[in-house]
This record gives sequence, structure tokens and C-alpha cells, in this order.
Amino acid sequence: MIEISHLVKRFDQLVAVNDLSFRVVPGEILGFLGPNGAGKSTTMKMITGFLSPTEGSVTVNGCDITTDTLAAQQQIGYLPEGAPCYDEMTVRQFLGFIAEIRGYGGDEKQRRIQRVVDTMSLQPVLDQRIETLSKGFTRRVGLAQAIIHDPAVLILDEPTDGLDPNQKHQVREMIRGLSKDKIVIISTHILEEVTAVCTRAVIIAQGKIVADCRPEELEEKSRFHGAVTVTLEESVRASDYVGAFAGIPHVRLVEVNEDANQLTLFPAAGHAALLLAVTEVIRDRQIGVLAIQQEKGRLDEVFRTVTGEVA
Amino acid sequence: MNPTLIITKRELSSYFSTPVAYVFILIFLVLSGVFTFYLGNFFEREQADLTPFFNFHPWLYLFLVPAVSMRLWSEERKSGTIELLLTLPVTRFQAVMGKFLAAWLFTGIALFLTFPIWLTVNYLGQPDNGVILSSYLGSWLMAGGFLAIGSCMSALTRSQVIAFILCGVVCLVFTLAGFPLVLNAFRGWMPQLVIDTLASLSFMTHFSSVSRGVISLQDLVYFISMAGFWLAATIIVLDMKQAK
Ligand SMILES: Nc1ncnc2c1ncn2[C@@H]1O[C@H](COP(=O)(O)OP(=O)(O)O)[C@@H](O)[C@H]1O
Ligand SMILES: [Mg+2]
Repeated sequence: MIEISHLVKRFDQLVAVNDLSFRVVPGEILGFLGPNGAGKSTTMKMITGFLSPTEGSVTVNGCDITTDTLAAQQQIGYLPEGAPCYDEMTVRQFLGFIAEIRGYGGDEKQRRIQRVVDTMSLQPVLDQRIETLSKGFTRRVGLAQAIIHDPAVLILDEPTDGLDPNQKHQVREMIRGLSKDKIVIISTHILEEVTAVCTRAVIIAQGKIVADCRPEELEEKSRFHGAVTVTLEESVRASDYVGAFAGIPHVRLVEVNEDANQLTLFPAAGHAALLLAVTEVIRDRQIGVLAIQQEKGRLDEVFRTVTGEVA
Repeated sequence: MNPTLIITKRELSSYFSTPVAYVFILIFLVLSGVFTFYLGNFFEREQADLTPFFNFHPWLYLFLVPAVSMRLWSEERKSGTIELLLTLPVTRFQAVMGKFLAAWLFTGIALFLTFPIWLTVNYLGQPDNGVILSSYLGSWLMAGGFLAIGSCMSALTRSQVIAFILCGVVCLVFTLAGFPLVLNAFRGWMPQLVIDTLASLSFMTHFSSVSRGVISLQDLVYFISMAGFWLAATIIVLDMKQAK
């Protein structure tokens, strides 16, 4: 278990992390979200013992990171932001170095290296210098060194930043493939990532927690949750049909998006199922429709709302 | 294996993974040859010893040690690998020692490669090889003191150029401190104790006997505590940056 208690980090005047408290239990994959500069990386640097907290404490399975640093660090695998690696080394040398520092030698070391090389598909570049690798491979080398000791706690700072969709998919598969008794904390500002891999989402803004819930609950916070969006054919104008849809029982509000030729119908509180009524109106009035979409909730909108940057 | 030695091994191989190391060693060998044979009047002295060779070592180190030590921590900071290194289960002490040892061994290798000069003097005459060996050891010890200063300066900044300059300046101060020119500037308005302390902190004071092949316990203690002090300072600098 990771226990973060009243964590504060000040850089001169700037309060980067402001009284953060939460705990993460084994089996949780925690998505750590927040706008740039929110304090995600700073928090991770404190959890891993790179920075010391100005106030507060972090314990990793009972080991305090400031007083029992090495014992805590032994249990953590960490991918720092940007996946820094010793560029002049080959992948094999680099992973060998990490394995040795983690206390493995001989056959055990080779076995550990082979296992992460297979997991991260690094075989083709094993004897290449890291400086000559593409961004995707470098990131995978960074991930490989983080999991070489099969850590109980995995801290990944923007593991998919700058990767192409295939590479992102691969990294997410790796995270999903981890055994279920691990603690994983992933920082990201990509919202789909949270619904794709995380069991819990913590959003911070200006160093403070502004939301802590399951990803689905995050969607439910959206004002779009339960809304129905109707996209009309080009030959008809969305704004002409506001009245028709507004007449449906329990429709609280109809919004028009002229550019997309769309109407979004918001349900009144406590009434979620509009879809059937909407399709009936469309059929009865023979409206030319391209698509009808039941909204689960728009994460980017929730993100902006809770982090206080409502557009 | 001990984490310190694992780090030393990695650092040492990273020195040799770029051409810089070979260029450095070449410059070191050429300069020590030039100093010894031209400036040191090696042949004109008609004495079978290496005093002129060792006499120039402090000056040689003034330029070459900063070049070896500048990358120790600055490069890690610049590339971000310091975050990787210091979140691995190694102590600050192990990391600092591991890196220092690598730099020191590297300098030792460069020093060892000056052996043709030793061969030359043995070919030309019958030098006291015991004296030469202890001079070599003394010189290597002094290099350790310089390198420890460089380690601390490198921990202060992410710029290797700044680390080079800082190290050069501090080493120069510690080299010149024992010169009469410097000491005289303080004489008269500073208590004798300060002047004596200043002189006793100088590399020169302690190296002058070493270059003649005499390593006294005092000099030994001086070089080791010099290295110890600056390595401890390196750890403190790293801790301060961590707590910043
Ligand atoms: N070493 C530092 N010195 C001063 N300010 C810093 C330092 N590191 C981060 N900050 C500041 O702290 C805030 C949080 O940064 P960071 O944790 O990197 O945010 P995030 O990872 O969420 O984008 C930012 O305003 C950043 O400028
Ligand atoms: Mg960040």
C-alpha cells in the first residue's frame, strides 16, 4: 500500500504540491491526471524519493521514503518523465546495469533481462545504442528497466507521451498484463488512457486533489452524461428542430451546434433514458438524421470543469 | 557486486564509449611529454630522475582534471538520468563514490600510460625506481583531491562548461595558495595562523616533497582528507538539490 499524507512541496514561492493525501492499495491502477504544471511529476518524484517533501510523508508498504529510502525504493519501479536512459549504452548494457544494481547476477540477471526484453519487444534493438533508438523504443527501454525486478509498485510518468497509436496500445497492454496484486500509478493528460487502463482516477490542479473516483464516475460527472446527440443531414438545419425535440418529456435543454449540424438533448435530473423518445420523434417527423449518439459523458469537459478552466 | 563498484564499472565504460576519452589521454601524454622534455630541461639536467615530469603535474591537472570531472553529475542532471540513478536503491554515498572512483581510475590509466617516459629515463641512466613509484602514487593521490573538487562542482550545475570553469578556478586557488606571491599578499595584515593554514591547504606545499618521491604521513592525510571533504560536499550538494 502507498500512503500519501499531507504531502507539500514548495519551490521558493511556488507551491507545486499542496497538502495531498491519498492511499493506493494493491490491485489499483491509478490514473493521475491534471493539466500541465499541476504537480503530477513533482508528486511522483517525492513518492520515488528523488525529491524530499517540504511537509508530509509517503510510505510504501510501510517503508517511509525519507527515513527508509532504500527499502522503499527496492519495491518501486519508476519511469521518470521523458524516459531518461544512459544514451551511450546499448540496450543490453543498460538493462544489465539496472539488473545488477537491483541485485541480480549471473543466470538470474540474464533471465530477468530476457523477460523484460520479451515483454517490451526489444529484441531487434538489443545491441543498439540507446541514443540511436526511436522515441517509442526509448520509452520501452525505460519501461523495461522499471519492471526488471517485478516491483510491487510501478510509478509511470507519462508513459505514452509522444508515442504513436500502436505504441500507446502496446504500453497499455503491458500495464493491463501486469499481475493484479500490483500498485500502478500512471500520470497522463490523455483522458482516454484513464478509461482504457485505470481502475481509479485522481485529478489534481494546482497541487490539490479536485476529483478522486472511478473513471466511469468521472463520465457521470459530465453534464453530457445521459444526453443524446443527434447529427442531422446537410439538407436540414439543426436549429429548425429545436422545438420538436424540446417537446419531449424530461428534456431539460436542447443545445445546437451549428458547425456540426448537431442537436444535443439534456435530460432533466433523474431521467436518463431519452434515446427511445428521441428516435420516436425522428421517425414520426421523418427528420433526416445521420447519427444518434447516447453520450456517456465527455471527459475533456469534466477535466476542464474540475480543474477550473471552463472554456 | 557492491553497488559502488557497479556504478564505477558503468561510468568507466561510459568514459571509453566516446572518442573524448582517447583524445583526453592523447592530450595528457603529449602535454606531459612537452612539459618534461622541453620546459623541464629533462636532458640538459643530465640527471636520471623524473622530477621535471612530476613537477608539472599540478599544472597539467589544472586543465585535465576539470575535463574528466565536469561530466560526472552535470551530464546526469542535463539528461535527466540523475532521476533514474537516485531512485534506484543506492545511497548517495555509493553513487558519489562510484562515480569518483571511475574518474580516479580513468586518471590512473592516463597516468600509467606515461610509462614510456619512465622507460626512457631507465634507458638513459639508473634512476631510483622506488622514488619514481612513490611519486606516481603521490601524483595519483593529488589527482584524487582535484577530482573530488571537480565532483562537487559538477554536482552544482547542469552545465558541463560551468562545472569545468568552477573546478578549474577552485583547483587553481588550492594550487596557488601555497605560493610565496599569494602568501605575501596576506602577510602583514593577516595573523600568521591564517597564512600557515593557507599554506598547509595548498596542493603545492604537499606535492613538492611528493614529486621528489617522499610521501610523508602528513601529505597522505592531506590528500585523503581533501578528497574526503569534497566528496562529502558533493553528497551535501546533492541532498540540498533534493530538498530544494
Ligand atoms: N525543480 C523545480 N524548481 C522550481 N519549480 C519547479 C521545479 N519542478 C517543478 N516546478 C514547478 O512546479 C509545478 C508543478 O510541476 P510538475 O510537477 O512538473 O507538473 P506536471 O507534471 O503536473 O506537469 C510547475 O509550476 C513547475 O514549474
Ligand atoms: Mg509532468
